[in-house]
Amino acid sequence: MSFQSFCSPMATYLEFIQQNEERDGVRFSWNVWPSSRLEATRMVVPLACLLTPLKERLDLPPVQYEPVLCSRPTCKAVLNPLCQVDYRAKLWACNFCFQRNQFPPAYAGISEVNQPAELMPQFSTIEYIVQRGPQMPLIFLYVVDTCLEEEDLQALKESLQMSLSLLPADALVGLITFGRMIQVHELSCEGISKSFVFRGTKDLTAKQIQDMLGLSRPAVPIQQGRPLQAPEQPVISSRFLQPVHKVDMNLTDLLGELQRDPWPVTQGKRPLRSTGVALSIAVGLLEGTFPNTGARIMLFTGGPPTQGPGMVVGDELKMPIRSWHDIEKDNARFMKKATKHYETLANRAAANGHCIDIYACALDQTGLLEMKCCANLTGGHMVMGDSFNTSLFKQTFQRVFNKGFNGEFRMAFGACLDVKTSRELKIAGAIGPCISLNAKGPCVSESELGIGGTSQWKICSLDPSTTLAIYFEVVNQHNAPIPQGGRGAVQFVTQYQHSSTQKRIHVTTIARNWADAQSQLQHIEAAFDQEAAAVLMARLGVYRAESEEGPDVLRWLDRQLIRLCQKFGQYSKDDPNSFRLSESFSLYPQFMFHLRRSPFLQVFNNSPDESSYYRHHFARQDLTQSLIMIQPILYAYSFHGPPEPVLLDSSSILPDRILLMDTFFQIVIYLGETIAQWQKAGYQEMPEYENFKHLLQAPLDDAQEILQTRFPMPRYIHTEHGGSQARFLLSKVNPSQTHNNLYAWGQESGAPILTDDVSLQVFMDHLKKLAVSSAA
Amino acid sequence: MSVNQQAHTGPPYGRPQPGYQGYQQPAYGGQPLPGVPQLQYGAYNGPMPGYQQPAPPQGSLRAPSTSGAPPPASGASLPSGHLTYSPFGQGDVQNGIPASAAAVQRPPASQPYLPGSAPMPVSQTPTFQQYGPPPASVQQLSNHMAGMTIGSVAASAPPPAGLGYGPPTSVPPVSGSFSTTGSGLYTPYTASQGPPPTSVSQSLPLAQPPFPGAPRPPTMPGPPLPGQTVAGPPTTQPNHVSSPPPPSAMSGPQPGPPMSGLHGPPPPTHPPQPGYQMQQNGSFGQVRGPQANYGGTYPGTPNYGSQPGPPPPPKRLDPDSIPSPQLNELPPQQKPRHRIDPDAIPSPIQVIEDDRSNCGSEPFVTGVRGQVPPLVTTDFLVKDQGNASPRYIRCTSYNIPCTSDMAKQSQVPLAAVIKPLATLRPEETLPYLVDHGESGPVRCNRCKAYMCPFMQFIEGGRRFQCCFCSCVTEVPPHYFQHLDHTGKRVDFYDRPELSLGSYEFLATVDYCKNNKFPSPPAFIFMIDVSYNAVKSGLVRLICEELKSLLDYLPREGNMEESAIRVGFVTYNKVLHFYNVKSSLAQPQMMVVSDVADMFVPLLDGFLVNVNESRTVIASLLDQIPEMFADTRETETVFAPVIQAGLEALKAAECAGKLFIFHTSLPIAEAPGKLKNRDDKKLINTDKEKTLFQPQTSFYNNLAKDCVAQGCCVDLFLFPNQYLDVATLGVVTYQTGGSIYKYAYFQLETDQDRFLNDLRRDVQKEVGFDAVMRVRTSTGIRATDFFGAFYMSNTTDVEMAGLDCDKTITVEFKHDDKLSEDSGALLQCALLYTSCAGQRRLRIHNLSLNCCTQLADLYRNCETDTLINYLAKYAYRGVLSSPVKTVRDALVNQCAQILACYRKNCASPSSAGQLILPECMKLLPVYLNCVLKSDVLQPGLEVTTDDRAYIRQLVTSMDVAETNVFFYPRLLPLTKADVDSDSLPAAIRNSEERLSKGDIYLLENGLNIFVWVGVNVQQGLIQNLFGVSSFSQISNGLSTLPVLENPFSKKVRSIIDMLQMQRSRYMKLIIVKQEDKLEMLFKHFLVEDKSLSGGASYVDFLCHMHKEIRQLLS
Repeated sequence: MSFQSFCSPMATYLEFIQQNEERDGVRFSWNVWPSSRLEATRMVVPLACLLTPLKERLDLPPVQYEPVLCSRPTCKAVLNPLCQVDYRAKLWACNFCFQRNQFPPAYAGISEVNQPAELMPQFSTIEYIVQRGPQMPLIFLYVVDTCLEEEDLQALKESLQMSLSLLPADALVGLITFGRMIQVHELSCEGISKSFVFRGTKDLTAKQIQDMLGLSRPAVPIQQGRPLQAPEQPVISSRFLQPVHKVDMNLTDLLGELQRDPWPVTQGKRPLRSTGVALSIAVGLLEGTFPNTGARIMLFTGGPPTQGPGMVVGDELKMPIRSWHDIEKDNARFMKKATKHYETLANRAAANGHCIDIYACALDQTGLLEMKCCANLTGGHMVMGDSFNTSLFKQTFQRVFNKGFNGEFRMAFGACLDVKTSRELKIAGAIGPCISLNAKGPCVSESELGIGGTSQWKICSLDPSTTLAIYFEVVNQHNAPIPQGGRGAVQFVTQYQHSSTQKRIHVTTIARNWADAQSQLQHIEAAFDQEAAAVLMARLGVYRAESEEGPDVLRWLDRQLIRLCQKFGQYSKDDPNSFRLSESFSLYPQFMFHLRRSPFLQVFNNSPDESSYYRHHFARQDLTQSLIMIQPILYAYSFHGPPEPVLLDSSSILPDRILLMDTFFQIVIYLGETIAQWQKAGYQEMPEYENFKHLLQAPLDDAQEILQTRFPMPRYIHTEHGGSQARFLLSKVNPSQTHNNLYAWGQESGAPILTDDVSLQVFMDHLKKLAVSSAA
Repeated sequence: MSVNQQAHTGPPYGRPQPGYQGYQQPAYGGQPLPGVPQLQYGAYNGPMPGYQQPAPPQGSLRAPSTSGAPPPASGASLPSGHLTYSPFGQGDVQNGIPASAAAVQRPPASQPYLPGSAPMPVSQTPTFQQYGPPPASVQQLSNHMAGMTIGSVAASAPPPAGLGYGPPTSVPPVSGSFSTTGSGLYTPYTASQGPPPTSVSQSLPLAQPPFPGAPRPPTMPGPPLPGQTVAGPPTTQPNHVSSPPPPSAMSGPQPGPPMSGLHGPPPPTHPPQPGYQMQQNGSFGQVRGPQANYGGTYPGTPNYGSQPGPPPPPKRLDPDSIPSPQLNELPPQQKPRHRIDPDAIPSPIQVIEDDRSNCGSEPFVTGVRGQVPPLVTTDFLVKDQGNASPRYIRCTSYNIPCTSDMAKQSQVPLAAVIKPLATLRPEETLPYLVDHGESGPVRCNRCKAYMCPFMQFIEGGRRFQCCFCSCVTEVPPHYFQHLDHTGKRVDFYDRPELSLGSYEFLATVDYCKNNKFPSPPAFIFMIDVSYNAVKSGLVRLICEELKSLLDYLPREGNMEESAIRVGFVTYNKVLHFYNVKSSLAQPQMMVVSDVADMFVPLLDGFLVNVNESRTVIASLLDQIPEMFADTRETETVFAPVIQAGLEALKAAECAGKLFIFHTSLPIAEAPGKLKNRDDKKLINTDKEKTLFQPQTSFYNNLAKDCVAQGCCVDLFLFPNQYLDVATLGVVTYQTGGSIYKYAYFQLETDQDRFLNDLRRDVQKEVGFDAVMRVRTSTGIRATDFFGAFYMSNTTDVEMAGLDCDKTITVEFKHDDKLSEDSGALLQCALLYTSCAGQRRLRIHNLSLNCCTQLADLYRNCETDTLINYLAKYAYRGVLSSPVKTVRDALVNQCAQILACYRKNCASPSSAGQLILPECMKLLPVYLNCVLKSDVLQPGLEVTTDDRAYIRQLVTSMDVAETNVFFYPRLLPLTKADVDSDSLPAAIRNSEERLSKGDIYLLENGLNIFVWVGVNVQQGLIQNLFGVSSFSQISNGLSTLPVLENPFSKKVRSIIDMLQMQRSRYMKLIIVKQEDKLEMLFKHFLVEDKSLSGGASYVDFLCHMHKEIRQLLS
């Protein structure tokens, strides 16, 4: 029953979907679109897509010229395979606004047989390299907390030093350290190391920061009789940000000499940590020196901000950091102010195309809840760990600098996503690591889903897996039928700074058939992509959960699910047993069941920081990863056959099995009771039980494979029946057997879960009942 | 009354040296001849005649002395010589008087003397007699004497001399001149002088004989004799002994006549004058001695003028003679027309010389209550026997009126000038450190006074009665000691706090901030690295110097290394802190640009031990000049710099000192930002005071914070333009710091001065986080305080830092009656943290007499201290009142002081006479100097900053510094004896005294001028400047070349010696006569009219006289 089971009658659509995803990085909830607004709303699941703008394609070399744009100022769509071309007149018609455009002179030789790439159907996605503007180097600004335990700091220093070797040689690098005070290190000086120091309690405006750092342009150069002032600017901007190759040694030493924050911390107090101001300075520094240039602010923090703007908790240890309980009771006195502070910062950074990563490693919370927007709005990474001295952090951090197959960093900066739609569609919004650019236009819908009101978004940092959910609204009126065979089109234009510092434009144009929902509902139904739909709905739910009460969101999700079942289920009224769902919808309720239990919507047992962390990742991972997050994968290893995916159900927990669960955030290997006993008995050491050894080894190898590729590194848990860490597994599986129904189900299989949560079966029963109810 | 007064005052001066006396004697000798004068004396009350007489006689005297017979024949030059001498003569005379007085006062013995004399009119004192009017004077005397013992009287032989002096010196001339007010007034004076010269000169040769033989001798001697005779035996010096001869001369009658004579007809007086002088001489025991040996006296003179030696004229001190040669020679008739002879009015030089010769030779023992110490210009040794050394405390008067009515009547301010950490001579012992154990110093229960020699142990030593408040306190068991039969504790001599005037207690934790023993203090060097500072080479200079200087931080006792930690900050518009932790390979710089809200960016590694971080510091100091070599930042901040230092000390929880090297007006955007508000147009308006006030109260608040933390700020300023010292100095001033100012700093010329100042400033003894409290006997109480400090209440003087040069002047007022029996006690307790971080209490005790007679008050005053007080009072006044008001108030107060004396103490005399108390005869000249000082009467070239700077500077000066500051020392270099260590005799600060053919040195504690006359011998110029002629001496020279010849060496050694004496390295300025710079130089010739409108000494004296007369009438 796992979603991986692809064999189904809908193979054609599945293939189509898969093909499209591979080629364009797009998954639509509906692959045949209802042709009128009214019908579309009745579909319950909105017309939307998951877009992975920079999806890696081995077979797509970028072209080295500029795209040809539609000349209508409000359109500016890029020439694409859907356009009608008059080869003789050298004209092309925009498929979005129907403007007829002259080809530019360079296209003089164009003909049916001599087409430019962008006109070929297989190039519905194409990447242009453009030569406009100066090429700016990548910028990495480390913002390092020094209020760490000695070992943690040491580990962090080593990681940072190591990272220098991973950076491109011409990248600019800067260092800010903070504790009670904030030090902005000047990297250019010889001999004496120099830093600008700020107190951590005072909020400074961007201008103040720039003035204090000496970054502001000399207002009026009143240089009476004093010589030259030519090389001012480069000097200024490079004081704090230097090319790695120049300051490599210097910075390595500097990092090496980094000491723990020297201010004494008395017993019963937290160290004073000025994260808020440190970030503010980092943002201000980049804002003043490299606006609109790709840059990464990398914040490494080992605890919550305890003073100044952005403080999350006081320095008294007796006052614990806020919990969900406090937040619900409105007892988190610093939360709102801090959140506001970080939001302001995030917006400023995003406006300048800078992204903020947060690497928070501590056993307690570090204030991710308040700081989450920094990463969320700018496309930065958020990494949460227990200590900098763990492989989880070390490897995750290293992976930030991973290179793709072509030897390029898997990161891009300052992207601007522009979405264009054909007339029948409008854009309702987007959910993902982006901010609105407030580009109003004819294709912007009135109603908003996610970040709406615009057709353009800024994504300050993205990697090949960054995925946005984009929601559309069908605006075609019911009485204005679309001609038979008409297609709706959407074009995604992503301009960004490639890690090689090139400017690139990534264009994806897709088209889908319209269908009249009344006459051709089965087409639409068949073209439903329940996986994409589940993720898209989940994103909407999570998005709402950020601002609404948890139960409200759940209720909303439930209602949507019920409505969908009512719409597409086949049943006799008031007869739950008659309820059937077609293959293309069959998995959807199950996804919803797990989504309801997921940490994205349930805060129970999670700290606010954890919730923020999970939600952060959920809002940016691609469809596959998102689905794993919603419904973890469970593999079983046993002597009964090859490893196989099994139901995420308590019944899958058997004594003679090894289970491997991947929840995206955790990889859990669980040894069944018997296996665990065998292992304790040491059978794996005996030559005659080598097969047991292999059995033990198999899940480890598979887990390793996942660990190798996943970002961020999942928490790796190796446990066994009865182990305390088994809770990770037990909390995820469908509690089909609990202490309540254990005996009813007999002893045959599975392990009871001690929970009062409803099981999938109960959930489905209720769903059916409500779906068929005439009262609903 | 002049005589009397002199007599009174005399005592303090008391100890004329033989040499001096010798001089005088001859002079007198000459005078005696005239004999007649005595009559005048009588008439005038002595004083009058005294003055007049002295002048002439002196002249005459000298003439004789030098030239011997020639005098009469002497041409203009000779007369001049006489003139020159005459001043001396006067001086002598004056001194003489004082001397006598001094003698009386100082040695308790001397006092008795007086009494002794009292009974016997004649014997009582020649001085009195001189005062003339035997009867009146006698009474007074008797009063004075009352307290004294006979024995002492005997000792006081000097008094007679004093008498003699008294009359001649100040009183006569003044009175003469003033009496008429106009030139007419002078006439008598001159007239008197006129005659004397001739006669004197003649007499001189004869002198010796005349003395004895002459009638005057009898007169003068008469008194002395008795005194001497009486005194001679007991205490007085050999000189006195010699006096015996005079006795005959002393004859009582004489006084009488002179008095009358003096008053009436000036002319006739002449003769008497000499007589007076004689008297004076006579009065001085010593004088006589010398007299006898005329030759001996002469030798003395040679020293003065001798250098040139060869020709007779030189001996006579040509330079001095220049101005008034005529006087001597002129016939009496002409004289009337002539102005007052400057030589006839009280001469500071003479007073100083006399005191030096009287007191310099033997130690000043502090055991006796109310002793007037030698002058500050005298180099003397102090033996602490129960009272604090005058180096620690000096008082305006050592005899305090018993009632406030008296005090008000006299208008003499009662003040003590306290220098708690003063540097002592190497021979003197530092205060002992006493540890009373865990319970802390033993104190009075009620007033909390500390155990001191004046506490009375009673009940067998079980309790003690407080000498201040009379409260009886139990002696703590661990402190108990039995008493001997005299009621003294048996361990009296083992305990410094019972036997000494000054000592220290080890403070307990109760005396520490937050009940925590302090950490060792820290020094933070804060260097301006703006464009100007870098360009002028200052930054490099400072860094270079610090490298070596850091090895000389103050150490406690014999500790091996200083406990003081150091830190470094540089700044322009932003501040740069440096981490110089010893574990670092390289120093780290931390820039704080948030000047609006200053803080210290680091804790560890900012303040370090010099030895541990030596290499890092050296590296830092090497790099600082390089780092800022290309700076183009011209703006600076200031307040944040102090805040930074303050915060650093706060963070380190210690006291300390900031050394800030600053160049410009802080106009950069920051707290405490200033604007240029200099406006010379405000001078002489009601708004002038604003120039002395800080621009903003910001710095006052900052200062308060600094004091609370014990953060003392020393400021080194290098301005090229106005930088508002009045505002920048506020913190320095209130934290007990020092300001050093080097306007238009140039490396070549100012380097030495700056570095020497810096070295001294860093190395000198200093205490931190100090609180000073002055306790007094019931009846008076400290009411007002002057100096560099902060006060948060009315009694405690708080100083973040207090160094060995800082002085606090404390004024006392009566709040009840004092008793003559118990006298008045002062106890100054200073709680401070030593340079090693030890908390200590330094206690100074001083016992003073109390009097019910005004005469006693006037006899025990000290003018230098008085001037110190008045100057500080006036300088504070300019903050709140228009300068003119302040000046008028000063003049008025002094006039009242003098008028009160005249009215109550002096013997009756004509209203036209100016009679000055002996102890205060320099008050007018010094007061005039104060009035003419840049603060109260700015010259054209004096900047607002200079005035503010000087105002603050003077406020924490001690008496010696104010003395030389207001009346600079002028030394004829060409008269220096190249073979001896001694300085040439100083001359008076008047252009008239300068000879074109000589080279002079003038110093006032801030500057040294070397003035070169146009006619100086080429040889001398060659020797001193290494160039062949006057014209080749380059203008604006500020150093002397190092040349290998005796003259050059001598001059340089003199300069070095002077530099050593002063707390600041003085700026050397070479001035060529008739060069532009001469204007500047002339500004310091304080007896002359100043360009800015300051009165000449003579004019001012007239003015004072007028004021006094007005008050009297």
